[in-house]
Amino acid sequence: MHEYSIVQSLVDSVAAAVGAREAAVHRVDVAIGELAGVDTALLTTAFEVFRAGTICENAALKIDRIAALWECPRCRASIARGAFLRCQACNEPAHLAAGDEIVLQRIEMEVS
Amino acid sequence: MCQDCGCGDVNLVPLDVQKRILSRNDNVAAHNRGHFLERGIFAINLMGSPGSGKTAVLQATANAFDGDGGGKLAALAGDLATENDSNRVLNAGIRSRAVTTGQACHLDAELVHHELHHLDLAGVEYLFIENVGNLVCPAVYDLGQAVNVVALSVTEGEDKPLKYPTMFAKADLVLLTKVDLLPHLGVSMDAILDSLARSMPVPNVIALSAREGFGVDDWLAWLQRSRVDAFQEVMA
Repeated sequence: MHEYSIVQSLVDSVAAAVGAREAAVHRVDVAIGELAGVDTALLTTAFEVFRAGTICENAALKIDRIAALWECPRCRASIARGAFLRCQACNEPAHLAAGDEIVLQRIEMEVS
Repeated sequence: MCQDCGCGDVNLVPLDVQKRILSRNDNVAAHNRGHFLERGIFAINLMGSPGSGKTAVLQATANAFDGDGGGKLAALAGDLATENDSNRVLNAGIRSRAVTTGQACHLDAELVHHELHHLDLAGVEYLFIENVGNLVCPAVYDLGQAVNVVALSVTEGEDKPLKYPTMFAKADLVLLTKVDLLPHLGVSMDAILDSLARSMPVPNVIALSAREGFGVDDWLAWLQRSRVDAFQEVMA
């Protein structure tokens, strides 16, 4: 259960991005890949618990889940879910083109 | 407030960030990695379920090296509590330090960095970082290692890699441990290898029995070859 530690890093990242601006954080958008090793439900719970007293106190968390995409690094053909992770045509090991993201995408701030 | 019509709504301003949430950990991991490269240390992040045989692999490695191979091996042993694993590795002859994480289910780069200051690394060529027993969280945190090695025991079932795809997708090598138990289990080696080929792009697997010593030579040969490759890549 490392989602609390991810939320801690997320709140730190938000604080660093907002910097010296006098703004309340309204919403935090993150991207979490299917193969990132992060449970999005636990992340939401951890965020709701941990945001109290931080810059994210009144912020909503929006999670964009990114599906895993394995593809051939040579011909770019995608490898079907559950198949051997090797391109049948090129015999190249598959490359994870998407799905390992743990990214702070954007912040929406309230300014007066 | 909205400046345009006085409706009372707040002005919302987007700020594009696009930054890895664990960038702080990544930075410390990069620092550790630089430290290892400078000193010629090949760092191995050894992961696996609790009871998969990580410590037994290190003990067998020490036996094969006749202790720490003249100071070439060192280990950090991560656990929630107790220094038992570190002591087991120490008793096998490898200089070792325990990293107790309390409630944390994984090691992070900061913890490793901190412990490195307490471990004598003079002459060390291989540093084994035995992660906390867990197939989920340790895969998320870069420690600065050169390779990820996952210990998977044959007692864990044929489809374990399909259940924990993140861990196996990141593995450079899987040590299939406790293979001496295969005759008692009714587990198919082919079925395990099939699961691995659907979870790992390059399914490097070494079957090993720490108790019987089977496969340990292959493991040592892989370590030596990978260390040479890692440092040649850096020189190139």
